[in-house]
Amino acid sequence: MPAPLVEFLQFLFSGITSGAIYALVALGFALIYNASHVINFAQGEFVMLGGMVTWALLSQGIDLPLAIAGAVALTMVVGLALEKLAIEPARNADVVTLIIITIGAGIFLRGLTSVTLGKDLHALPSFSGDEPLSLLGATIMPQSLWILGVTAGIVVLLHGFFNYTLLGKAILATSHNRLAARLVGINVSFVLLLSFGLSALLGAVAGILIAPITATHFEVGIMLGLKGFAAAILGGLGNGVGAIVGGLLLGLIESLGAGYISSDYKDAMAFVVILGVLFFMPSGLFGRRGTERV
Amino acid sequence: MLEIQGLTSHYGRIQALEGVDLTIAEGELVALVGANGAGKTTLLRCISGVQPVTGGRILFEGRDITRAAPQSRVALGICQVPEGRQVFGPLSVEDNLKLGAFRRRGKRVADDLERMYTRFPVLKEKRKQPAGTLSGGQQQMLAICRALMAHPRLLLLDEPSMGLAPLLVGEIFNTVELLKEQGTTLFLVEQNAYAALGIADRGYVLETGGVVLSDTGAALLENARVKEAYLGL
Repeated sequence: MPAPLVEFLQFLFSGITSGAIYALVALGFALIYNASHVINFAQGEFVMLGGMVTWALLSQGIDLPLAIAGAVALTMVVGLALEKLAIEPARNADVVTLIIITIGAGIFLRGLTSVTLGKDLHALPSFSGDEPLSLLGATIMPQSLWILGVTAGIVVLLHGFFNYTLLGKAILATSHNRLAARLVGINVSFVLLLSFGLSALLGAVAGILIAPITATHFEVGIMLGLKGFAAAILGGLGNGVGAIVGGLLLGLIESLGAGYISSDYKDAMAFVVILGVLFFMPSGLFGRRGTERV
Repeated sequence: MLEIQGLTSHYGRIQALEGVDLTIAEGELVALVGANGAGKTTLLRCISGVQPVTGGRILFEGRDITRAAPQSRVALGICQVPEGRQVFGPLSVEDNLKLGAFRRRGKRVADDLERMYTRFPVLKEKRKQPAGTLSGGQQQMLAICRALMAHPRLLLLDEPSMGLAPLLVGEIFNTVELLKEQGTTLFLVEQNAYAALGIADRGYVLETGGVVLSDTGAALLENARVKEAYLGL
């Protein structure tokens, strides 16, 4: 393979790897947005908790698989508690108020983590070693394959849940028409609770998968949350396919931008994307158009 | 079956219902007529539990359900066909029907689905299509079938004929009469007062949040005030 092509392939692999993580975070945004029209700015904290709690459990001598399960479970409990204790009591408030509540919850979770687990940077071990694999001349880390595989698995499961189960369809129905959903007997507060639980699960998984590559820290959720948000905006807020495509696209834009332009601007790409989408394509790639038939 | 006592409801500071008293007996078809903004839809939403009640009581078979959650009212058999159809547009026709039976589980749901398809073959034909692609009349049929999937004991119908072609209006009213014959208790809100009172056992006239008249359907059709205000005679 010619060198420029190998280089391009290398950027492609790393872009898709981080893109898959952004896609998971973006799906978390989409789930909660659909159920409540709230943008949950504590989504990044779910990502952070996944990585940090896994590290904390590992440091107590617990095996990696068990530590992962524990971290996912704990993050889900946090997500459910956030809905029950902060969102549900304010359910009659307008959406902006609820969004501000999620920002506050995010700050609270960051603070709580820094006090209980410390402010140090921690690396998680890779799930199956650090021996790079060679693919068409470029190298790929086994952890990247884990990320891609788990993300693909989650996407398939979510697709099945929303297309083939009545509960999944009830969530879609609620997001489309809340009044009609209540009139057929769907418990819409349960739907909201469920979507926070699922979003927390997605966030935690993303945080655990990425931690062996980028390490974890109590503030890691800020950037990952914002990038997931950028991916969700790019794909069209509240659209599942859009979240996945937006995530992968953002990952590629970042890695190709860093590779061919300058790595100094890597983190700026996400914000350029947000601005570009908001200026030229406010409903994103797959979003519903601004006008709705009445 | 349903007893409403001194019901009041507000939108913010604006009072929409000012002490409504109303009863519906088992097996009855009761019509509610009134002008736009009289509070008809608000009253139905209070009965379904999706509009907060600020005073008064709602009793269903002697049980106070004033504060019950909407889903527990559906489980008791109070179902509504909302104004403007409100089908789940992006979901398929069949999913809409299945969601109508959300509070029920089991094999009987499949039998009911077949029954709906037999009654309205066009829904079977289009069962895989998104509900939003149906015509207005088909969406209204779907909305009614969706409510029937829950096995209602008291069916609330909010303006089922609104915006439909005259031929379809006739079909809707035939369906309503058929449901009555099958023993469903019905509470029908209609702007088409003539047609509604024509098939109703009893009727109520609502004006600016309160009941101003109540009588048998036939008597209300002959009432001078009703004739002038709602029948355009």
